Amino acid sequence: MQYKSQAVAMPYFIAAIGLFVGQIIFGLILGLQYVVGDFLFPEIPFNVARMVHTNLLIVWLLFGFMGAAYYLIPEETETELFSPKLALAMFWIFLVAGALTIVGYLLVPYSTLASMTGNDILATMGREFLEQPLLTKIGIVIVALAFLFNITMTVLKGRKTVISIVLLLGLWGLAIFFLFSFYNPVNLVRDKFYWWWVVHLWVEGVWELIMAAMLAFVLIKVTGVDREVIEKWLYVIITLALVTGIIGTGHHYFWIGTPEYWQWWGSIFSALEPIPFFAMTVFAFNMVNRRRREHPNKAAVLWALGTGVMAFLGAGVWGFLHTLAPVNYFTHGSQITAAHGHMAFYGAYVMVVITMISYAMPILRGRAANSTKAQVLEMWAFWLMTIAMVFITLFLTAAGILQVWLQRVSDTPMSFMATQDQLMLFYWMREWAGVMFFIGLLAYLASFFVKGDAKGVVHG
Amino acid sequence: MSGIFTKSMARNIFYGGTTFFFLLFLALTFDTERELPNRDNRAAITPEVAAGKHIWETRNCLGCHTLLGEGAYFAPELGNVYKRRGGDFIKGWMQAMPTGAPGRRQMPQFNLTDEELDQLVAFLKYTSEINTANWPPNIEG
Repeated sequence: MQYKSQAVAMPYFIAAIGLFVGQIIFGLILGLQYVVGDFLFPEIPFNVARMVHTNLLIVWLLFGFMGAAYYLIPEETETELFSPKLALAMFWIFLVAGALTIVGYLLVPYSTLASMTGNDILATMGREFLEQPLLTKIGIVIVALAFLFNITMTVLKGRKTVISIVLLLGLWGLAIFFLFSFYNPVNLVRDKFYWWWVVHLWVEGVWELIMAAMLAFVLIKVTGVDREVIEKWLYVIITLALVTGIIGTGHHYFWIGTPEYWQWWGSIFSALEPIPFFAMTVFAFNMVNRRRREHPNKAAVLWALGTGVMAFLGAGVWGFLHTLAPVNYFTHGSQITAAHGHMAFYGAYVMVVITMISYAMPILRGRAANSTKAQVLEMWAFWLMTIAMVFITLFLTAAGILQVWLQRVSDTPMSFMATQDQLMLFYWMREWAGVMFFIGLLAYLASFFVKGDAKGVVHG
Repeated sequence: MSGIFTKSMARNIFYGGTTFFFLLFLALTFDTERELPNRDNRAAITPEVAAGKHIWETRNCLGCHTLLGEGAYFAPELGNVYKRRGGDFIKGWMQAMPTGAPGRRQMPQFNLTDEELDQLVAFLKYTSEINTANWPPNIEG
């Protein structure tokens, strides 16, 4: 690597992968609970397993983003990190806080955990994805601020590239919008309205800036295409993302008590949300086709291309499927939502973090790229996980269509649980696709330990 | 087009576009806040409802159920459960959990007092009276 301080990215990447494994194990538990309802009850009820599954996802993606920033910023700004020690300290604080939170979910009843951690002073818990105890939320803010301070100071003393500015904007946005997680009015409609300022403005807003910046960085490195071209693309993509995504928040304001004009604003703008993702796909393929060098890390190129395609399919196409208000009236809160959520998170954020890890990890380990054998295994992992995720999404979509038909469209609607009984075949197939995903993940882990002749010496 | 469309133009469109649409979003938010009193059933929010919402949150109900379509998809929609089942059924149901039926989805026993159950029912009643633009499509949620 070019700068010594980039090395702090390594523990972040390792932690991200470790937590990813945990997330998938809990995903398998959840999938099984869908078909064998009393599996692990009462030891790990569904709600606890789901909280662990989604919270681990968020935390490991944050680890991935931070690791990516610590790797990318010194190289972009051409200067050492402001404080590698602070970065390392924050790593341990975040890891311990995250681990304690997960252990708390698993070992302490949620209401006890709430009263132990100050939820009676300021109630923030018990809302989807924001289940973390108050202390953990405060910890996240502290870690985020220290992290932002560290990389902002680095950017200020170094070269200011478009990639680093866009990344910084995205990360600051992430921290700022997280503050809405502390706002929880008794009025349920207002509670839900501002809850989306965290959730939607993260994943369909500022996270897209982070994602596009990371993708642009890797594409410059592996294709050697002129920075001017890539940076122009980057601006176009993030413009499209925010112009559609901010008002696109309205697609969550159809049925929660908000004024009905949101059905128009939300439908129209969120129908345009696939465009930035499509642009990202075109961007990735275009840059790789115009490459000026053959980078020895083929696996990283594959992940980069895969990110474009899968983000477009998962976030773009599957988002569009149910985003128009007349459609969403029937699909809201069904398995269709779950199908979209899975492929969108995998295609956009999981894959972009793995792209970054795939590119950076060999360099952090002292080589330009892994051996052919290791890369072949990594590419097997790519295909296993990605195809498994396509199947998970298709099976959940099938379940969702049937669910919507039986429970909501029919003249003689069935009850929720009676409908669920009709979906078991699809839930079983989803679980088996999940097993395939897990096998892919194990192959991915194994690829880090495959020996062989590493390619190239470290540049710089 | 690469000759005419420069990077600084792209940058300006980004900052201009984002600022414009964010301000538009704030304006819509402002208008929403003005409209909400007509729709969000705020007149019904009593201390009992507030206590019920606190119970709802601290038992992580959203970890299995949806409320106005948001949450997990493992168990029934509860935004309209008050209208579907009524308060007494809800209380009796919660006291009877878990069923222990082999292989069936299980709901934990939360050991709520009668007063707490009443508070939770009050919260669900308030929720069921929010104007949700006619969602869900039918009583089954």
